[in-house]
Amino acid sequence: VSAGAIASEPGGVALPGIFNAGDCYQCGKCTAGCPVADRMDLMPNQIVRLVQLGQVEKAAGSHAIWECVSCHTCTARCPKSVDCAGLMDSLRQLSVERAAPAPGQSRTVLFQKAFLRNIRRNGRLNELELIGAFKTSAFLQDLEMPFLFRNAMLAPRLGLRGKLKLNGAKVRDRELVERIFDRCLSEAEN
Amino acid sequence: MEIGYYPGCALHGSSNDYETSVRACLDALGVRLREVNDWICCGATAAHCINRQLSIALPARNLALAERDGFGEVLAPCPLCSMELLKAEQVLRTDDAMRKRVGQIIELEVDAKTDVLNLIQVFQKIGVEQIKAAVARPLEHIQAACYYGCLLTRPAETLRFDDCERPSSMETLLEALGSKTVDWNYKTECCGAGLTMANEDSVLELSHKILANAASHGANCVVVACPMCHVNLDMKQEDIERRYSVRHDMAIYYLSDLVGMALGLSDDALGINRHFVYRG
Repeated sequence: VSAGAIASEPGGVALPGIFNAGDCYQCGKCTAGCPVADRMDLMPNQIVRLVQLGQVEKAAGSHAIWECVSCHTCTARCPKSVDCAGLMDSLRQLSVERAAPAPGQSRTVLFQKAFLRNIRRNGRLNELELIGAFKTSAFLQDLEMPFLFRNAMLAPRLGLRGKLKLNGAKVRDRELVERIFDRCLSEAEN
Repeated sequence: MEIGYYPGCALHGSSNDYETSVRACLDALGVRLREVNDWICCGATAAHCINRQLSIALPARNLALAERDGFGEVLAPCPLCSMELLKAEQVLRTDDAMRKRVGQIIELEVDAKTDVLNLIQVFQKIGVEQIKAAVARPLEHIQAACYYGCLLTRPAETLRFDDCERPSSMETLLEALGSKTVDWNYKTECCGAGLTMANEDSVLELSHKILANAASHGANCVVVACPMCHVNLDMKQEDIERRYSVRHDMAIYYLSDLVGMALGLSDDALGINRHFVYRG
């Protein structure tokens, strides 16, 4: 694989972005420094290897990309300047676009989607609304009662500390935020 | 001194104790913060996980607003915000076609020349010696584990701040204010950041390790400059203690809490009494 190039299997998916994945020589430093590698089905170095081999879809279907906490330790320590953290982002974007996140990781995906819907509507994060929307969508998916009510007792304790805002802030020009979202998301589709 | 201010969603939400602290502390040091007019969310973790264009356009809008307001420098006390702003700036500076396209998307031209500063950099701008000269109560009782987490120093080539493996800027500042600092192993490890709700299990494990390591190296508090680090280490501390059957009882301060304390400000003025772990 030539330096910097992202190969794709014949008929496979090409990955946007340059991450120098071609330069990886499998030293494993990314995995050694990863704080959540023990929770992953594929180690960060294995994800890079799959991308090198053009098996992008397999990488994008892994649990690993959703266990990743985006701490950038892998990228910081790579002796070949492979941007492993950037690669993880690109794989997540691909997995969402193709509606193919690994089963069992959908809760994290639901959270990120609920977060974006919230920003789209308000321009700024409305925390209470986000918690409500996320818990509801997670419940409709898993029908898991304990998760629905987990941390519910945090609300009064946050309130007591003046940390809970019932009417979240909104930006003045909310239509503009909508337009920014529309333009970005339609470019992704094309 | 007057600088632009991008609070970000956390500081206007449940991390408003951080905003109280930053404002009180900088006010005492003669720094006036002027909020970026009608700023929007930077997109946080969600945007870069889901759509690359959005993860550049949302911060770019804020950079353009800061330019329109005439701010050469903008403080973003949340490292996720400052990293996203700087990451967008890096892309826009190096890719002119992208900069023009993004300008159309966000309906404002963007030069991407704003100096985005984290909280430590603002203290450095004021000057360690000048802050030292204003100390009313030296921090003699403090044994701080300075915790940088991820995004104050990484990605290094985007942020160009301190040393991402062995940062020392918080120690330099706090030691000048009379504090002791401890040498420990977890200062640049991740606490799980914004996954507090989506993946609580990871957050509890990572944050537990950080608290345990700080304590075993003799710290009597952990110092952060990030709202997410504070949520995970302070608000979630009881959950961590329950999960791992330990008692951490570790005070978690924002950097501005300790600077403010040294300047003689009260816990109330700094919002310290609104932390979950609070000894009074």
